[in-house]
Amino acid sequence: MKTSHFQTLKQQFNSITSRPSTDWEAVNVPSEYLVEFCMHLRSNFAFDMLVDLTAIDLGINESPRFVTIYHFFSSINHNYFRVACECTDTEPPTMISLTNIWPAANWHEREAYDMFGIKFQGHPDLSRILMWQGYPYYPLRKDFPLAGIETDLPGKDVVEETKAKVIPAPLDGGPFHGVQASTVKKREPKGYDESWSEQHPKPLS
Amino acid sequence: MQKQEKEISIADIPSKSSQYEHDECSESMTLNMGPSHPATHGVLRLKLDLEGDIVTSCEPVIGYLHRGDEKIAENMTYNQFVPYTDRLDYIAPLSNNVAYAITVEKLANLEVPPRCQAIRVIVCELARISSHLLGIGVYGMDAGAVTIFLYTFTQREKLYTLFEELTGARFTTSYTRIGGVARDIPEGWLRRVGDFLDQLPPIIDEVDTLLTRNKIFIERTQNIGIISKEDAIAYGLTGPNLRASGIDLDLRKNAPYSGYENYEFDVPIATLGDAYDRYLIRMEEMRQSIRILKQAIAKVPSGPWYAENAKKIFAPPKAKVMRKMEELIQNFMIVTEGPQMPPGEVYFEAENPKGALGFYILSKGGGVPYRLKIRGPSFCNLSILPKIVPGHMMSDIPIILGSLDFVMGECDR
Repeated sequence: MKTSHFQTLKQQFNSITSRPSTDWEAVNVPSEYLVEFCMHLRSNFAFDMLVDLTAIDLGINESPRFVTIYHFFSSINHNYFRVACECTDTEPPTMISLTNIWPAANWHEREAYDMFGIKFQGHPDLSRILMWQGYPYYPLRKDFPLAGIETDLPGKDVVEETKAKVIPAPLDGGPFHGVQASTVKKREPKGYDESWSEQHPKPLS
Repeated sequence: MQKQEKEISIADIPSKSSQYEHDECSESMTLNMGPSHPATHGVLRLKLDLEGDIVTSCEPVIGYLHRGDEKIAENMTYNQFVPYTDRLDYIAPLSNNVAYAITVEKLANLEVPPRCQAIRVIVCELARISSHLLGIGVYGMDAGAVTIFLYTFTQREKLYTLFEELTGARFTTSYTRIGGVARDIPEGWLRRVGDFLDQLPPIIDEVDTLLTRNKIFIERTQNIGIISKEDAIAYGLTGPNLRASGIDLDLRKNAPYSGYENYEFDVPIATLGDAYDRYLIRMEEMRQSIRILKQAIAKVPSGPWYAENAKKIFAPPKAKVMRKMEELIQNFMIVTEGPQMPPGEVYFEAENPKGALGFYILSKGGGVPYRLKIRGPSFCNLSILPKIVPGHMMSDIPIILGSLDFVMGECDR
């Protein structure tokens, strides 16, 4: 059941805006009020669980580029609440950490840092969690290619012995889906092989 | 020939531990457990600081099974991602399939027919039994009771035969589609599910007699790995681990989906939140699943098993595609461009055997999600380890890990 706390919340936090949502109630909160707002949600509306925390990369040229998304759940009223908060446009983008209020935020924020490079201020140990320590890229950013980027593996002794490297995955002309486009060439890039035509027969490989 | 020198961690312990020695009586050392260790049930690595036999700090290192599912999801259509959901909680793939399909249907504001909902409840509950059977089996083995595993695995084998008949695969089922399921239930399948359910309770009772009052098992699990109510909430624990701490929260009951509100069942709650309580909850949940299943198979509604009016989402049956122009085009568009979704964002959690599996989808329209985030229950359940492990003996760690019943596939994604 969709809640409607927006008017009540608006009285206390003037700068929040309603966020369009297909399921649960959602608001945009400026990052300077985020901690205060979440404390308020927890104490006055019983949203006591931080069930999910993630980020979105809206695109390389967008401003703001990164938005963090929080999902709160009330173990008493059994409904969800979505909070979106824009990160700063600096490199690295920054956001306030919620680890002091919810220990659950610890790993989620590490993951968001690992995947998007968002720096959570006040986090006790902001290190990579899914990728290895020292990995140079942020894989879920939109400018990171699906195939991956060639880079070194961790563990110098293993690399010396095996000469192994991280190499981009062969995608065979990917992406995995057809794109919504007008021409067949754009729609099915995999099927469009320019190396042969009616005049020049297909090379026998 | 080149001489090879390899450092082996176990042999290193005596030499390295001398560095940490500061007292004649006590000895502190750092120990790496995993990523390949039978008690970690996958590729979890724990960095442990030990003072004698007592753990003083525990730092889980995860990510060894990271495959970048979320990045892959951004680059394929909604239906193409279904097989990837199998590999999240690979002990109960069917319930992942269902959770994912419901999320996307919520985004499309699509209602599936009652028959489809009933089928989904049946497969979810069968998956729950399958997951708990394995969870309890290996938990017993961790505690030294190897017999349990033989009982539970025999039953899982029977479940796999049922899954194979329904989905065509024993393990990676990929059963749901957006707006329905891959195929209708086969002739006589419900009867065979009924037969399976009839012979299962005696086996659960057998496991019950072997474990629940077993003195060794009780000594090893009671008062081990206690999670308080407050911690369980603060760390975002879900599923049996949360209910073992005394919180009455089951999404099937409290935020019903797929018609769970039509079935009668109880949600078992424990009080203390130790490893023994978590075992008891799983045992009782299997019995409740049998209860739900018996109601479900008794009244599977007839009618369509996919959303027939969702022309841009669910591909029509092959027989129609081969003979009719309109269906042929419809099929072609869904296969090449994916099920068409409106722009918007959606978050949905399903009560899976391991806890609440959540999907967050941000769509900008079209057949491909702009961002898809998977909230793996095991990820959250494991994040409490640094809090509960310190103070326990080294030999209690397999018990704590077994009682949390996690799976690395959905933790690392």
